[in-house]
Amino acid sequence: MRIEVKDLTKRFDHTIVLDRINLEIRQKEFLGLLGPSGSGKTTLLRIIARLEFADSGVVEVDGRDVGTLGFEERKFGFVFQQYALFNHMTIFENVAFGLKVRPRGARPDKRAIAARVQELLELVQLGGFEDRFPAQLSGGQRQRVALARTLTIDPQVLLLDEPFGALDAKVRVELRRSLRNIHDATGLTTIFVTHDQEEALDLADRVAIMNRGVIEQIGTPIEVYESPKTPFIFDFLGHTNSFDCLIHYGKARLGDKELAVEPGIPDGRGVAFVRPHDIVLSPPNDLEPTQDAKLPGAAITRFVSARGQWAAVELLYEKRLIEAEISRERLNELGLSIGDKCTISLRLPRIYAKREAEKQTGIGDRAAARPRFRRRQRA
Amino acid sequence: MFGGATAIRQRSIIPGFELSLGVTLSYLGLIVIIPLCVLLLNASDAGWAKIWAELSSPRTLAAFRVSFGIAFLAAAFNAGFGFIVAWVLVRYQFLGRRFIDAMIDLPFALPTAVAGISLTQLYAEKGWLGSALAATGIKVAFTPLGILVALVFVGLPFVVRTVQPVLQDFDRETEEAGALLGASRTNILRRIVFPPLIPAVTTGFTLAFARGIGEYGSVIFIAGNMPGYSEIVPLLIIIKLEQFDYAGATVIAALMLVASFILLFTINLLQAWTRRQQGG
Repeated sequence: MRIEVKDLTKRFDHTIVLDRINLEIRQKEFLGLLGPSGSGKTTLLRIIARLEFADSGVVEVDGRDVGTLGFEERKFGFVFQQYALFNHMTIFENVAFGLKVRPRGARPDKRAIAARVQELLELVQLGGFEDRFPAQLSGGQRQRVALARTLTIDPQVLLLDEPFGALDAKVRVELRRSLRNIHDATGLTTIFVTHDQEEALDLADRVAIMNRGVIEQIGTPIEVYESPKTPFIFDFLGHTNSFDCLIHYGKARLGDKELAVEPGIPDGRGVAFVRPHDIVLSPPNDLEPTQDAKLPGAAITRFVSARGQWAAVELLYEKRLIEAEISRERLNELGLSIGDKCTISLRLPRIYAKREAEKQTGIGDRAAARPRFRRRQRA
Repeated sequence: MFGGATAIRQRSIIPGFELSLGVTLSYLGLIVIIPLCVLLLNASDAGWAKIWAELSSPRTLAAFRVSFGIAFLAAAFNAGFGFIVAWVLVRYQFLGRRFIDAMIDLPFALPTAVAGISLTQLYAEKGWLGSALAATGIKVAFTPLGILVALVFVGLPFVVRTVQPVLQDFDRETEEAGALLGASRTNILRRIVFPPLIPAVTTGFTLAFARGIGEYGSVIFIAGNMPGYSEIVPLLIIIKLEQFDYAGATVIAALMLVASFILLFTINLLQAWTRRQQGG
């Protein structure tokens, strides 16, 4: 099923929760709706499911207004963050619910219901749990019951509202995989709400990033991660280092390089956003030009933490904390330890207007932020 | 002493198991258990003949029927309507909701005699509602129906106040989940909403029922107190006392105690059973 959201607007009292949202979800697509809390993503999902109603705009399924469709024509499976299981029923009864409430003519007989429930419980790896009650299950198991329960109605669309938000990290990754497998095996169209960027980027075919009731960017995980349209998206998708720069005639002066900025960014004060793994470190007073924008002066190492293959290095550059991520080998080559100086170069900086960046991310307040790592290795 | 005590208690942040249990037991003993034992002892003093005489007296039996029967009806009535009141108070926002919410407790606070007098005036043949009802041929005051009205009045808050908090904590998303699984509105109410509320409703019912059996003040004004027709057990006990028939009064009181105990015990068993059915 193809879902189209057209000009959807929703207000609660006087706040605009959704501001003219337009979105198309393709057949069999796995779409992640990503945004911070209060961005309107859950409201959008609930409107698509018709649990809430928009002030204006429509949701269409294969070109038909979803409001005109009966239950049989729009079987939307919905998974809630807090599972919403029927706590007074056994797991079997929970999963069988969607079958048992069918109208008399369409209701399968007892044996068919039992077989179907069995099959779905096996699918979510909960065979043998039929007689338990939800209270006797762990969070991950409960969410799997909820998933099996929605699958009884053979939905063509699966809507998930932060389904793994209440679970611990390991279970979350496990469930992610099995959700993706179920999606691929059944040919569902899936919309998935989350505030966890890693989850969205890992799972979805395309990601729509929402902020303050607006979709700021839609694209594949690689597209949005590598070319975030706005400072908000850049900052939301991962750790951000920011460096001030000046934009003059459409070019930004950054260290020893002049970089063309994207059209639409005005001259004046700008800011360059760089990911920790795009910060390149070299020995102090290294002036050899490279492809990367080499910054003048030196940074002082504040903290080094090496775990596995990667090392996180915290540096102080022009009174700002910089977070870099380099390979373990490179760290050994440089022989960096706390208090040492080094030169910084920036790989793939994204340049934004400073005013915009400050408004969207509060990056200005962060300049004087406390170090992110605890200083337990002071050598 | 020290070794023995650990078997039944666990170390905790706030100690004082022995002390608090001691206080609980002596308090219960003084206030509840000893008076009830004395009552039973006194009743057995009266001798089996006396007990049998009271048990088989038509007037006593009629009073028991009136007391328990009408208390049961009133509690059942309150279970239904109290549920609706609680539902409206929890689910909807409307002008005057807080005011109505506060009024629910009025029957708790009001001296029962006051309730009795005002209900009697209202439902008497010359009263506001009574005159209108008299036109349709229904007599409320000075009939068992009057007792029902009084008991419904005093019992209402019990059901509302036990159901309300459970309804407040009810997970609304389960209703949405039910709707998205294709359940009709009646199915959602019958299969999803009601079952978890049953224990609260039965608790409220039990409390209202118990209160109804023991209610005296509000009933005697409106009941008319005709022996064998609209006379309640507590009144019968008072009458016996006024006639210096202490043995008779004690026997009836003891019978009432036993009957109430059996009833409440049964209801509690029933409730434990529903809980187990629902995996609680």
